[in-house]
Amino acid sequence: MAIEFDNNQPIYLQIMNYLKVEIITGKLKPGDKIPSVRELAAELQINPNTVQRTFQELEREEIVETRRGMGRYVTGKEETIMTIKQEMAQDVLDRFIRGMQELGFQEDEIVSAVANSISKRRLEE
Amino acid sequence: MEPILQVKELSKQYGSRPALRKVSFELSSGRITGLLGSNGSGKTTLMKLIAGLSRPDTGEIFIGGVPVGEESRQLVSFMPDRPLTESWMSVGDALRFQADFYADFDPAKARRMLEFMRLRKQDKVKTLSKGMNERLQLTLALSRRAKLYMLDEPIGGVDPVARTRILDALMEFYEEDSTLLISTHLVSDIERIFDEVLFIKEGELVLQGEVEDIRLQRRKSIDELFREVFAEC
Repeated sequence: MAIEFDNNQPIYLQIMNYLKVEIITGKLKPGDKIPSVRELAAELQINPNTVQRTFQELEREEIVETRRGMGRYVTGKEETIMTIKQEMAQDVLDRFIRGMQELGFQEDEIVSAVANSISKRRLEE
Repeated sequence: MEPILQVKELSKQYGSRPALRKVSFELSSGRITGLLGSNGSGKTTLMKLIAGLSRPDTGEIFIGGVPVGEESRQLVSFMPDRPLTESWMSVGDALRFQADFYADFDPAKARRMLEFMRLRKQDKVKTLSKGMNERLQLTLALSRRAKLYMLDEPIGGVDPVARTRILDALMEFYEEDSTLLISTHLVSDIERIFDEVLFIKEGELVLQGEVEDIRLQRRKSIDELFREVFAEC
């Protein structure tokens, strides 16, 4: 596992995002065991309490579940994973739209800019 | 929960130069705290006082509720910035000395750490490189089952590769229910292992805060904040 950390942002949020992407993209599958606090802290060279906080937040969002005495697992509920995927996509979109608006693009211009960009990429492939 | 370390209104002067001025703070168990300050800010003085190697002019220190003294020394494992080992010693000798001095020395843990650090018992201390010597000092400190570990500049003066190895060892071998106080002026390499930081400047405690809160509220790294606070030093 490799995360390029940005020390300007809370580390637990960065690990949360990383694990969410692993789950959404299927690198971590429903029902997969996730590493222990200790393992992840040692691997990433970060504070174990930070990892603990990450796991607590993921549990609160029901992406990860603890089975008593056995460790933590990726949720088996596909719809939870879909919800997270949509939430993360929405974040990316919001940031993109805000950026385009700051550059002076109107809403309909943004839509056509996206469409143009995608068709251009298809041609290049 | 009772804090493992309580420091109250601690002051210390060397001649006419104040080294610490009315420093007060508490540390609780199971946490890693960074003691950050530029050279000569009072970090080493503070650690020596907590370790019971030097006496404060005024103020009090309690470790697990016990005032600093003979009894508290068994609760604290201190890695000074200057090695305690003698140059005639081998790595094995250094470990035996540590075992003789401290009842809480854990030989099995020491063996595992030696292996991890790629140190051999027969190696002579005087032939060790700076980085290998730091690893030995860290092995000596962490091989004890103490309540409070204090490491004075554990990554000072070693190259980035050796730093990574030392950080790996720290995360691998530190006891999660114990408390770790680590002094450093090299903040960016190590800030991700801290729960909280203390900033000490010209002998005064100028900031104590949770690192994730600092990142969230100020939108900057601990290293950046450190550079701001110590800019004029």
